[in-house]
Amino acid sequence: MRRPAALATATALLALTGAAPLAAAEQLIADLSSREIRITTGFTGAELLLFGATDARAGDIVIVVRGPGRVEEVRRKHRVAGIWMNGPAVPFKNVPGFYYVASTRPIEDIAKPPLLEQLQIGLPALRLETVRPADPEVEDSYREGLVRLKRNRSLYDAEAGTITVIGDRLFRTTISFPAGVPTGEYQVKVYLFRDGKPVSASATPLLVLKSGLEAAIFRFAHDQSALYGIVAILAALVAGWLAGVIFRKA
Amino acid sequence: MDIYFPIAEMPISVPLLLALGGGVGFLSGMFGIGGGFLMTPLLVIVGVPAPVAAASVANQVVGASVSGALAQWRRGNVDVRMAGLLIAAGFVGSAAGVALFGLLRELGQIDLVIAACYVTLLGTLGLLMEIESIRAWRRRRNPVGRRRKLHAHLWIHGLPLKMKFRASRLYISIFAPLSIGFGVGALSGVMGVGGGFVMVPALIYLLDMPTAMAVGTSLLQITVVAANVTFLQSVGNQTVDIMLALLLIVGSVIGAQLGTMFGGRLRGEHLRALLGLIVLVVAFRVAYDLTVNPDELFSLGLSGGRH
Repeated sequence: MRRPAALATATALLALTGAAPLAAAEQLIADLSSREIRITTGFTGAELLLFGATDARAGDIVIVVRGPGRVEEVRRKHRVAGIWMNGPAVPFKNVPGFYYVASTRPIEDIAKPPLLEQLQIGLPALRLETVRPADPEVEDSYREGLVRLKRNRSLYDAEAGTITVIGDRLFRTTISFPAGVPTGEYQVKVYLFRDGKPVSASATPLLVLKSGLEAAIFRFAHDQSALYGIVAILAALVAGWLAGVIFRKA
Repeated sequence: MDIYFPIAEMPISVPLLLALGGGVGFLSGMFGIGGGFLMTPLLVIVGVPAPVAAASVANQVVGASVSGALAQWRRGNVDVRMAGLLIAAGFVGSAAGVALFGLLRELGQIDLVIAACYVTLLGTLGLLMEIESIRAWRRRRNPVGRRRKLHAHLWIHGLPLKMKFRASRLYISIFAPLSIGFGVGALSGVMGVGGGFVMVPALIYLLDMPTAMAVGTSLLQITVVAANVTFLQSVGNQTVDIMLALLLIVGSVIGAQLGTMFGGRLRGEHLRALLGLIVLVVAFRVAYDLTVNPDELFSLGLSGGRH
């Protein structure tokens, strides 16, 4: 079921970029070692193996992992009368919670900036726009701050040369997800570039979700919040009282 | 050893949380403060999102202060009548404070207001406590010429509708505890803390309550107010992390028991001098953060955090 969808995406994408029509021989297939990341009590991050194969002719492989988008409010501190205070929030729309690019060579050597921007490949090409129109200079500096903060949390990254290619046909790489990875639906896209143009692409969905006790507590807190609040208070009262009793006896 | 917390959505080291709980619990048992004003900023430093930190600390404070309140109760240090008035007024005050919080957040200046509240309140309180304890210490060393009234007579004692508070040996207007309860409630609504660090000095200095009684009464009031905040945050924001709170409770109840024992051995003025010092350090830290050049000018997410 997924393969035709991936191919349809690839065809639509190629039509969009005006690249040469997809030849039957220019095939690219890729998959992940797991299409799910389950966050359990012991979760401290995850690593997935991405692997695939292309046809025999040499080309460049580019992998783009994109997490669920949301509005992010970015604030900048200003100095007013010797005190650093937060300025007004500048909200950015459709900010991916996770963004990672891996490529066989530095991305700027693989394709020209307009094409990269169109496909949103690479941190400079990632489309991050403010919700309300803003002064371009202001927007740029806030965008830079946003990307830096995400990078510091290992949520955004771009690496070149981390994809292992075997015999011009097989390729593999590992993708690391930090402990603070947001939950939701991810898209893992793999492109095959030749002479600066994408000739083939594949898309694989990836789901990051809470599991077991984590999921149960999260659902309880959201679905029955009043009851959750009462349970939280009672648990605290009992724990506090019990610890006191034990301590007095000891 | 790390555990992933479902609402905070991040892994945190368990020994670190136990140590934080123990340290802050010790202080809360010793001084009768909830410790929220220390715990919340500490959790934010660890990396917990500020709204989750504040809400989960409210939950933790319920557990930490109930054991302290019970310990004080056994010593006869709780004025139930006074606590009842403080709690009733505190509920009204915290509702007003939460509304003000929403307004300030829309204006985008809640962080600054919270920081300014910390600096002015804690700075003033800390200084007052230090001055008072130095005076008390001098009086003890030089008892000649000591001329102190049984109760200081402030404007607050001139209000009508007087009521007897036998446990505290006070005969004062009910408006005094009501206005303190309301004021501290409003403050806790804005700052997201229990307010014990304001309540204890207010009871001591404004009402002239005995220190031990102020500590015990404040602990009972904090337990109820924190429970109310936990409920409101659970329903309104789903930001209470029950796992985080329970782990902090384990550390803090043990710390609180030790703190209560240790505090019982200290003289009143020494206790005040120590609490004053801690309060001054926190005030200085917040003032420093406000004025020193930050490493990172940008920040993400909804406002409402302290850092």
